[in-house]
Amino acid sequence: MELVLAISIGILAGSGVWLLLRPRTYQVIIGLSLCSYAVNLFIFSMGRLRSGAPPILTSQTGSLADYADPVPQALVLTAIVIGFATTALFLVVLLASRGLTATDHVDGQEQ
Amino acid sequence: MEGWAHHLIVAPVVLPLVAGALLAVYDERRQFLKGLINLISTLATLYVSVVLLQAADTVGTSVYLVGNWPAAFGIVLVLDRLSALMLVLTAVLGSAALIFSLGRWHTAGAHFHTLFQFLLMGVNGAFLTGDLFNLFVFFEVLLAASYGLLLHGSGPRRVQASLHYIVVNLTGAFFFLVGVSLIYGVTGTLNMADLAIRIPALPADDRMLLEAGAAIVGIAFLVKAAMWPLGFWLLSAYPAAAAPVAAVFAVLSKVGIYVLLRLCPLLFGAPAGESAGYGSTVLLVGGLITIAYGIAGVLAAQALTRIAAFSLLVSSGTLLAAIGLSDAEVTGAALLYLVGSTLAIGAFFLLIELIERGQNPGADLIAVTAEAFGDEDDAQGEVEVGSSFPGTLAVLGACFAGCALMLIGLPPLSGFIAKLALLAALFEGVATAPAASWPVANWIFIGLLVLSGLAALLTLSRVGIRTFWAPVDAVVPRILVVEVVPVIFLLLLTLVLSVQGGPVMRYMQDTARAVHAPSSYVEGVLAAPRVPAPTMEVGR
Repeated sequence: MELVLAISIGILAGSGVWLLLRPRTYQVIIGLSLCSYAVNLFIFSMGRLRSGAPPILTSQTGSLADYADPVPQALVLTAIVIGFATTALFLVVLLASRGLTATDHVDGQEQ
Repeated sequence: MEGWAHHLIVAPVVLPLVAGALLAVYDERRQFLKGLINLISTLATLYVSVVLLQAADTVGTSVYLVGNWPAAFGIVLVLDRLSALMLVLTAVLGSAALIFSLGRWHTAGAHFHTLFQFLLMGVNGAFLTGDLFNLFVFFEVLLAASYGLLLHGSGPRRVQASLHYIVVNLTGAFFFLVGVSLIYGVTGTLNMADLAIRIPALPADDRMLLEAGAAIVGIAFLVKAAMWPLGFWLLSAYPAAAAPVAAVFAVLSKVGIYVLLRLCPLLFGAPAGESAGYGSTVLLVGGLITIAYGIAGVLAAQALTRIAAFSLLVSSGTLLAAIGLSDAEVTGAALLYLVGSTLAIGAFFLLIELIERGQNPGADLIAVTAEAFGDEDDAQGEVEVGSSFPGTLAVLGACFAGCALMLIGLPPLSGFIAKLALLAALFEGVATAPAASWPVANWIFIGLLVLSGLAALLTLSRVGIRTFWAPVDAVVPRILVVEVVPVIFLLLLTLVLSVQGGPVMRYMQDTARAVHAPSSYVEGVLAAPRVPAPTMEVGR
């Protein structure tokens, strides 16, 4: 499971960075989205991978080793919401730029 | 802080939040009402900040447990001298920019007032929070508001600048998240005070991961503070922004500086064992390069807004290098420099808009060619002396001179005292440096500091002469009183800073000492008493 997660984070981040460096605004926004997926998975993995373990204590006694860490899950939720909102905002600016400059180049003009 | 006054700590966050939400309800036809609400809220925040500053000066660290959870688990707001100082600085600059915008700028686009309040909320929250992830949230709040404000007034140039600004800052946010989660993965906490306790006890294997995490988080702050290879976005974003927005943005880049100043001594101070002083060389060298780059830019820039943006880089570089030296004396002087330069650059951004209002857009270009090819209109360009010199231009010229004095660092304004104190602290550092250390950095820093003053002197006198003494065509800009008063207010404040130099410097030194000896901060946060639960009968 660790290997699959690590590879998927790597692929997402790599593709995201490559797209981020492209000159078209649409590629940039997709790159940002991919990067944010990679980052979210990364945050999640920082709580250690564990399957079938609840994040909330079910009884008063019990070892912490049997539970998943809830904090990274809460962090991921926050990061998803914020990332989603800012990406949506970026989409609006992208459209405004397209409308004002009649090109989808990130610099507003073809090289 | 006792009783109800204790709740004032949360006011700089809640007040703008409520006001911003309220402002979003009214539509754009109610401009007067919206301006009034915004003004009341901003001035109230200013008042609260000043009260908090006084409280912080007497009490030291006070902690507000937002959810009444113990500090290491819940969200905490921490007020100490440093955060109180930054709150007051933000509120002062915010008030000035807002009053300026009420002249005409606030009607240039939708939701100016709402975004302005949310920006204040984000900045204040970032200064107050004692938790790394909470810091991320406040960062995003202030960034989201700043995206909207940068777009205020619209037009192709602003949209273009916003596009780049948003991409850079979103990428910075990813770095922030990766770094924060790495730190959490290694230490198991996000509370800054708790981190300071856990870092010295880390096993050697985890130390590398922690340092990697800290470095990645640091990138996010250095982007915000615009250190040399990470700061090019600033040069296209800030000059494109509307004047009052650019003035508030002057304090925005200080958020990154503040966080570095807070975290470096707290997490990587002397008790951190092997990690002590981690990253300070990067800050020092990066800061010095940023100053050098800023100097070159100040000398080369033609447009006034670009001169202001490069001055901001010089100021950022100076502060970064000062943090990198991690010396309490230097930090104390740097704090005075921080306040003075932020006020001056904010005032400068406001003033530039007033000056350029009188010029047609091509005037800069004409002036440049005139300088390059020699003035041909010497004979016909005689300005009538005395009689017809308009009052507006006189006021603008005086304000320009004030800004120039601040940026150059000449008396009587506080820029002089700040630079003098910084130089004195650096010389002292050279004198007392142990043989093993690296006083070369001090010498380079001293040289660059002096050079930055010289560069500002050259550029600003050139621009001043071109703008006020040898105008291509003397068009007097139409300026409202409400627009020029904030500029004068900010400059008078810098004068007050230098007249009250003794107490101000005493406060800065206390702040610096507290920042570099964070044990009282750590203890204050972790031992913060919870509010006792209301007594209930549990008899069952």
